Amino acid sequence: MSWTLKTQGGLARRRRKEKLFRVLCASLTWTAIVLLAVLLFHICRTGIGWLDWQFLTSFPSYDPKDAGLKAALFGTIWLIAMTAAISIPVGVAAAVWLEEYAGDGRFARFLALNIQNLAGVPSIVYGILGLAVFVRALRFGQSLLAGSLTMSLLILPVIIIAAREAIRAVPPSIRQAAFALGATRWQTTRHHVLPSALPGILTGVILAISRAIGETAPLIMVGAVAYVAFVPQGPTDSFSCLPIQIYNWTERPQAAFHELAAAGIIVLLVALLAMNAIAVWIRHRFSKEPR
Amino acid sequence: MTVSTTPPTSTGVTERQDSASTEKAAPILEARQVSLAYGDNEVVHSVDLTIPERNITAIIGPSGCGKSTLLRAFNRMNDFIPEFRSEGQILYRGDDLYASDIDPVEVRLRIGMVFQKPNPFPKSITKNVSWSPKLNGYKGDIDELVETSLQKAALWDEVKDRLQDSALGLSGGQQQRLCIARALAMEPEVILMDEPCSALDPASTARIEDLLYELRKRYTIVIVTHNMQQAARVSDHTAFFENGNLIEYGETDQVFTRPNQKRTEDYVSGRFG
Repeated sequence: MSWTLKTQGGLARRRRKEKLFRVLCASLTWTAIVLLAVLLFHICRTGIGWLDWQFLTSFPSYDPKDAGLKAALFGTIWLIAMTAAISIPVGVAAAVWLEEYAGDGRFARFLALNIQNLAGVPSIVYGILGLAVFVRALRFGQSLLAGSLTMSLLILPVIIIAAREAIRAVPPSIRQAAFALGATRWQTTRHHVLPSALPGILTGVILAISRAIGETAPLIMVGAVAYVAFVPQGPTDSFSCLPIQIYNWTERPQAAFHELAAAGIIVLLVALLAMNAIAVWIRHRFSKEPR
Repeated sequence: MTVSTTPPTSTGVTERQDSASTEKAAPILEARQVSLAYGDNEVVHSVDLTIPERNITAIIGPSGCGKSTLLRAFNRMNDFIPEFRSEGQILYRGDDLYASDIDPVEVRLRIGMVFQKPNPFPKSITKNVSWSPKLNGYKGDIDELVETSLQKAALWDEVKDRLQDSALGLSGGQQQRLCIARALAMEPEVILMDEPCSALDPASTARIEDLLYELRKRYTIVIVTHNMQQAARVSDHTAFFENGNLIEYGETDQVFTRPNQKRTEDYVSGRFG
């Protein structure tokens, strides 16, 4: 018998390559996970001791024992709420226009290309823009309003791209069905396209907002400050926020402040994870049929 | 390029031999010298076609012969294709559908459409049917309209106990009948069907064909089909297209048994296509 079904010759070599590749991929994945775990573990070990009710409810102080991130926490909540309120309607509307109304003309393609490019612009550039336009030219000062407008500019391209993709994923047959039933384009969009695209849009929105939570550079430019001894009462108040507070603490020479920064990072991470959890939940909730 | 198109009057619409299938048939849709093109690619060439009221007119022909494009021109569904162009006139009860003062939404309310692949909305069965009437300010009892529409589409008995369930849970054939019910709920006069059975199994196809036969008493139906047996079974008139030209148009019986054109004979006898 001259043939065999067992691994041999050239096939054995191919098998070895496959195994090698699999091991390589797995080890790279694990390297990333382990590094992240070590980092998280280090931060938790450093910061957990400082994490208590006093930490969450105190204003910043020169004494690490009295210092807390109440102002930063509320600042972040204000900032994110305002950023969401500005960027979601504008971003979704822009996506709807680009996908449903603008057609495929030269101008629409030009816009779409530039939005793609804007998504890759470094955030510090948005900070400079915010400083020039909102803080100075429009005289909003170093306020929540200027900060959230700058943040909105930063995440708008991300929201528009995510929403466009979600809208594009809605099968054309649904639109055809609606048009053939005597619906206008707006009725078709409002009743069928947007509901079908909603899970995708929400996922993109929440990921964009998560990015905004962690951004530091543009807020330094528009003047978020680490020493705010009050909770913002309105959009024109000055503010602090979590990344700024953490950044400020890490700049201090005292080791105690570095530990406070670690505690702040834990709070920030918990907030981020909570938002991502909400994203998953919303996605699941709204994907259910029928609506 | 204009290949000879046979005017309907010379090929049998007016010569009535089969009295059972010919009621008094006034034209409801009329294509006059219609040419349709996507950009520079003309797919329908100077077609004249008169579609009589309360009849089933089948459009047959090989793939890519322009029959679907023509069908979609009847309710302006081609408007959504940016480079689409049309020439000539398409008249609905004497009004040019492509005149500048015509609102395509109004056109589609009178001339409904059923697509090749069932495309129910991912919503409940009731909402699928009631959406369009509600949108257009239906004044009557909406539940009653849903029921009668589903009855007309021969679907009521199968779904009456689960009207609030998702339409996506229905079988393909049921979904297609739901799409028909949805079109009927607009109370249109004409229903265009673009190969409505091509995605269905034979049993579902038979149900839809029976349904068509019922519907023809009240509605004008134009059906595009690849299936010649289907055209022969359900339609009163048949138009045969090839390469964007109307080759022959007449009573179904005549087109299938005594075609005037050699091309038609070759096609219906299965020699090509």
